[in-house]
Parts: sequence; structure tokens; C-alpha cells
Amino acid sequence: MKNRSLVSITDYNQEEMLQILDLAAEFEKKPNQDILHGHVVATLFFEPSTRTRLSFESAVNRLGGRIIGFSDSSSSSVSKGETLKDTILTVSNYSDLIVMRHPLEGSAKYASEVSPVPIINAGDGAHQHPTQTLLDMYSIRKTQGRLDNLKICMVGDLKYGRTVHSLLIAMADFNPVFIFIAPEELKMPEEYKILLDNKGIEYYEYKDIADKMDDADIVYMTRVQKERFSDPLEYEKVKNVYILRNSMLDKTKPSMKILHPLPRVNEINYDVDTNSKAYYFQQAQNGVYTRMAIISKILGVK
Amino acid sequence: METKKELKVNAIKNGTVIDHIPSSSLFSVINILGLNKIGQQVTFGFNLESKKLGKKAIIKVADIFFKDEEINKISLVAPDAKLNIIRDYEVIEKRVVVIPDEITGIAKCMNPKCISNHEQMTAHFEVVEKKPVALKCRYCEKITDQEHLEIH
Repeated sequence: MKNRSLVSITDYNQEEMLQILDLAAEFEKKPNQDILHGHVVATLFFEPSTRTRLSFESAVNRLGGRIIGFSDSSSSSVSKGETLKDTILTVSNYSDLIVMRHPLEGSAKYASEVSPVPIINAGDGAHQHPTQTLLDMYSIRKTQGRLDNLKICMVGDLKYGRTVHSLLIAMADFNPVFIFIAPEELKMPEEYKILLDNKGIEYYEYKDIADKMDDADIVYMTRVQKERFSDPLEYEKVKNVYILRNSMLDKTKPSMKILHPLPRVNEINYDVDTNSKAYYFQQAQNGVYTRMAIISKILGVK
Repeated sequence: METKKELKVNAIKNGTVIDHIPSSSLFSVINILGLNKIGQQVTFGFNLESKKLGKKAIIKVADIFFKDEEINKISLVAPDAKLNIIRDYEVIEKRVVVIPDEITGIAKCMNPKCISNHEQMTAHFEVVEKKPVALKCRYCEKITDQEHLEIH
């Protein structure tokens, strides 16, 4: 993994993913280590994402590295019309590793082709966000003790949600059963169902939550966003169907955990937060350990 | 019978005849092969009758002999094109075009949010299906199908 960019979750094979998770577990036990001393990491956020940026910066800081970068393209030369290539080539002179978030799809792949230093994709439009996938896997393994043979229920926007697509691809190698719960307009795209069919993985599709998550090990919630609907009436019809409430969790497995990539709006009711099955804030914390592991592997200090 | 057919475009002594080009693709073919930038003689016929294509175009390029990888670039716009290699007014070889497994440049990714449509860069595609053609963008990984294919 040393000096290799992480653009898509498929850049890592199963063994490499497990190495990241193992290393993240080490960092969780001992989060402050001065192993990145003398290294400079650039965080280039061409669109704002405070949560993701702070998570990366926390990871670098805990390892004793230094950070340069910008949190919004309006404060960089991009607003003067500089191309992505020029920005990347310039910043690569100042840093050992570039973490980038960009609104255009494929931008991280392109950056990795022109950059002499490795790139970590922190989200490129609706395309990929591999560090989120690894932290989701870390959270799953940590709470369930394993990655194999789990029943994973995905709820909400399964059409545009890049986190569910990447997680599906990554988990497909661990013999899961998937339950997809989404409105008609936001169903899991055909290409991902074909991928599961080819691997012989079971999946079920429903339009309502009701009792569908009763035997699930993981419930992965996503936001149903108004702007995804061509017909506002359709949104009004479904907007309250995909809200998770504490009362719906009574019959679910005691070991079940609820994940959410955050930020949430209203899709998880606040009364769920105190339930021991709610795991989304710990999940965000796991993101720091996972990113520490990814950065250390790429910089070759672990 | 062949010999009685009237030639709509003058014969060339040496060079390449590209036949069975859909009329609508003529100028794409000229652009892709860079025929508008060469010094040799180029003649072409446009909206000629063809049983197979309805209206076809034909290009005759004097003194140029294309390499496979060069000529295969036109397969996206003229998949049925046939080449006659001419030496001393005689056809010495007939060739067809083949859609390659990878396409560099030429086509445009149909995803408006793809980086390749915003940055000065060369598009790259993996050909995932040949007929009808489907191209997978190396960058955004979205598929551009025949119906949405734009050539530049």
C-alpha cells in the first residue's frame, strides 16, 4: 500500500482491507503516536465537508504530522480558474500526501495520474468515498466481531448514496445477506444487483421498513434528500416512511447496530440516540482510527 | 459487373480507399484521421447510394497507408467501414475496422459531472460492449452508450 493512491475501494484487495482494519484497531488502543513527525499532509477540499476534513486532520495531528490545505475552493486559486492538474502539481511540491474532496466524479483518479505524491480520495462527487467504506467495515467488525455471514439492511437513498454502493462492493466478498429498503425512485441500481447475482449473494428488496430489519445485524441508514425527486409529491409521500424511531427497534436483535454516514437530518429520530443499538457517533470516531491506519500505510510508517 | 459501375470519385494510383462510411459520419472520420491536416490529395464522395447504409460516404486518400491502431479509431463512427489498399490502381488488400478494447480520446463521456468534461485532459474508455458500443469511462466509471456517443 506504500505510496499507492486510494481512489476507489477496489484499489485494495480483501487482505489489504483487513490490514487497514487491524492497524486501525491498534490505533484505537493507542491513539496518540508521534510516527508522522516530519511529514506534511495536504487536505484539499474543493467543496466543503467539515466532518470529513476534521476527521482526516485529527488523524494526522494524533500521529504528529503537519497539515496544509484549504477547506473551500473559494479561498484557493481554483477560484481564479486554475486547473485541477496545476493545483495538484503545485501542492505535491509542498506535501507528502494529498487528501482531496472534489465535486466532480473521477477527479481523484485523474489527480492520482498526474500527482507525484499519493492521493487519498475523500469523496469525488457521487462516485467514491473509500475511507468511509473502510470505517464502516471497521465499525461492523468491531460491533459484530466478524465481517462474514452478516445480514445487512440498507435503508433510504440506495440509488445515489455512494456510501451504500461502496460498502456493498466491499462486503460482497464476505458472504452477506442484503436487505434493501427504499422508495421506488431511489431503489438500488440494477448494476449492483447484477454484481450480487454474479457472486451468488442473497438480497431482498422492500418499500417499507416495518418488520424487515428484525433479524438484521447491521442497519445502515441514509438520508432521503428532497432534491433527488423529480416529482415533489413523490417526496412528500415517502419522506416520513424512512424515519427510524426507537419503537421500531423492540423486536430487532440485541446485538444489532445502527450505522449512518452522517450528517443526519431527520431520518433517525432523536429518541434512538440513547438506545444501545445506536452506533453512528462511535462510527464517526472510528473514522479517525481508520484514517490514521490508511495514512500510515500509504506513507509507509507502519 | 463491377467494371461497369461508374466511378463517382476519381481513382487513385496509390493509397487507401475507405468505403461504407455512414454519410453522417464522414466529417468525424476526416477529423479522427486528421485528413484535414495532411498535404496529400484527399477526395471524397458524400450521400452516395448504398443498399446497406442508405446514404454512404467514401474517402480516397492518396499515398497514405494507415496502421491498424490508427484506422480502428474510426470504428466508433463507421463500424462497417471497408478499406481497400491501392497500389498502381489495383486493390492489393482489403481490410475491415475493428473496435479496440480501449479508446483514448475521440469520444466524450456522457456524464456532465465527469472530470474529463471539465479539465483539459484526454478521455479514456474501456470498451465494455462492441455492438451496440458501450464505453466505460476510466475516471467516473459511468457507461456511455451508442445512443449518447459524441465524437470530437
